Amino acid sequence: MDKLIYLDNNATTRIDPLVLEEMMPFLTERYGNPSSMHDFGGDVGADVERARDRVRRFLGAENDYEIVFTSCGTESDNMAIAGTVSYYTDKKHIITSRVEHPAVLNLFKKYEREGYRVTYVPVDRQGHLDLDFLKRAVDEDTALVSIMYANNETGMIHPVEEIGAYLRERKVPFHVDGVQAAGKIPIDVKKINCDLFTISGHKFHAPKGIGALYVRRGTRLRPLMYGGHQERTRRPGTENVAGIVGMGKAADLAMAHLPGEGRIALLRDRLEEGILKRFNNVSLNGSREKRVPNTTNVGFEFIEGEAILLYLNEKGIAASSGSACSSGSLEPSHVLRAMGVPFTSAHGSIRFSLSRFTKEEDVDYTLEVLPQIVDRLLEISPFWDNEKKCGKPMAV
Amino acid sequence: MWDYTDKVKTLYMKPKNVGVIEDANAVGEVGSIVCGDALTLYLKIEGERIVDAKFQTFGCGSAIASSSALTEMIIGKTVEEAEKITNRDIVEYLGGLPEQKMHCSVMGREALDKALANWRGETIEEHEDVEGEIVCHCFGVTDKLIRKVIRENRLDTVEEVTNYTKAGGACGSCIEKIEIILDEELKEQREHPAPLHQVKEPLTNIRRLEMVKETIENVIRPVLQKDGGDIQLIDIDGRKVIVGLRGACSQCVISDVTLKNLVQEKLREFVEEDIEVVERR
Repeated sequence: MDKLIYLDNNATTRIDPLVLEEMMPFLTERYGNPSSMHDFGGDVGADVERARDRVRRFLGAENDYEIVFTSCGTESDNMAIAGTVSYYTDKKHIITSRVEHPAVLNLFKKYEREGYRVTYVPVDRQGHLDLDFLKRAVDEDTALVSIMYANNETGMIHPVEEIGAYLRERKVPFHVDGVQAAGKIPIDVKKINCDLFTISGHKFHAPKGIGALYVRRGTRLRPLMYGGHQERTRRPGTENVAGIVGMGKAADLAMAHLPGEGRIALLRDRLEEGILKRFNNVSLNGSREKRVPNTTNVGFEFIEGEAILLYLNEKGIAASSGSACSSGSLEPSHVLRAMGVPFTSAHGSIRFSLSRFTKEEDVDYTLEVLPQIVDRLLEISPFWDNEKKCGKPMAV
Repeated sequence: MWDYTDKVKTLYMKPKNVGVIEDANAVGEVGSIVCGDALTLYLKIEGERIVDAKFQTFGCGSAIASSSALTEMIIGKTVEEAEKITNRDIVEYLGGLPEQKMHCSVMGREALDKALANWRGETIEEHEDVEGEIVCHCFGVTDKLIRKVIRENRLDTVEEVTNYTKAGGACGSCIEKIEIILDEELKEQREHPAPLHQVKEPLTNIRRLEMVKETIENVIRPVLQKDGGDIQLIDIDGRKVIVGLRGACSQCVISDVTLKNLVQEKLREFVEEDIEVVERR
């Protein structure tokens, strides 16, 4: 492809060249094992610890040993949830939201099948979590609450601080899936009052294959894996040194760039407003408030999301969709359905997610080609009246 | 990203025959905006021939490509020829579709059915007795369609049924029903195997010989032996099968009838449509 306009940064991000630069020695000459007795390995261990300290600062944690490196966000989510649930074996109730990532949702469904009582907290039409519902659900039997900080599809930010304060009073373990928040908004695990916090490197310009879990001092957690002493036996296995070092650097860079997120928000708003103004068959999924600065999710009526993506792809633009067709399932996104977005526009939903590498001309180009694509697909659609330029009345 | 063939890519980027035929005399609509895909097919039929076809599609890339393929395949064909097109043919035309997208080709076939019914003046009502009973309420899929697709595509798992018809792909509450239908169809197939001539590729000489032998052995001989007769395969010359009737059959006054009604009929059913049987006494 000649041209790539990458607007799918909630799926993954490019490795920052500065991150790669710091990683390179560990992929070449500095291949020692941090557990070794000799300096060749031991010195590498010092770099791992430096990265740990960087990630600690990134998350606002107190102690370095509260950071456990894992292989990805999914592993951190699983470690947090399964590790807690298997510790508190006498408690049989767990709480999450209806809009979580599959890494959380499918694990909760597993526990549900095994007989656990599971509460799925609903969201409103804009994607705001029903906080009162969550509070009412907490009881003596609750082993864990797991809520995502920001939603991957809509970018909506959940009130984790309020939840954290409420749960801390009741001594209920709280896991926050922060994968989509890290690098987009400032994170302070102490302010959130959570016990566990998940991040994934490749969502903020570190490579794929590296994640981390914040485990607050004193948190009871059983490991998922058994093996050596690495990560204080909480996550045994020889460290992914290059990945860890990369994540440390990426965390530093993310903190340095956070003030610049305002620029990303402006670009995002320009894209979003451009789309909402240009078409009369489109609406915003989510709300403009309490949202990460890089994400917008719009729903086109009368046309289908996968087709839009394929046409965008042809123009060199990478985005994603909550449509059923694009996912391989037959139903549109569970997030949009939980929000009560009508099927008519859920099938035509498109997510654009920007990053600090997104340029102004990327947004302009997208706004330039999108009308041709949407108009062409409307022309093909049986639900669009090509003469009156509006949707046909239909029986649903 | 789906593994679409180049043909599919070409056809969703530049579909042919998009639009409405104002004076269409056959229209077929399937799907709905809620289901995530829908197709309206317009035909202009003169005499018995389809002289024009256009479509409008709401759906993914493969739905657009399948619709375009269908119109290209049927323009110029007679109604009778068009009726023989199966969703398999649409898939072949496209050079294949990902498994999860097979339902797009089925949607094309359904729209054609509805359009031709509309042309004949049949009003297909969404009633149980006409269209079958709704099995999947999420996508409005009937048992009739599920059975048809199972047969035409020789499906044998629930997952395949979902890929081809979407039935069971949402809430999943009808999966048990689909299993029952599938069991019934598989049982039916075992007891009454589909005629082999539906297999498209022409038979090689060796394959034809094997199939004739098998059919005589397993289907024809047992019937004749019940009446004290027997049959011997003497030779095969192209589509001409030469047999000798033995035992009681050789003296039977109606052996000619046996030959045509039983032997030839069964060989035509199980091997090839144009087989001719002659007796060498």
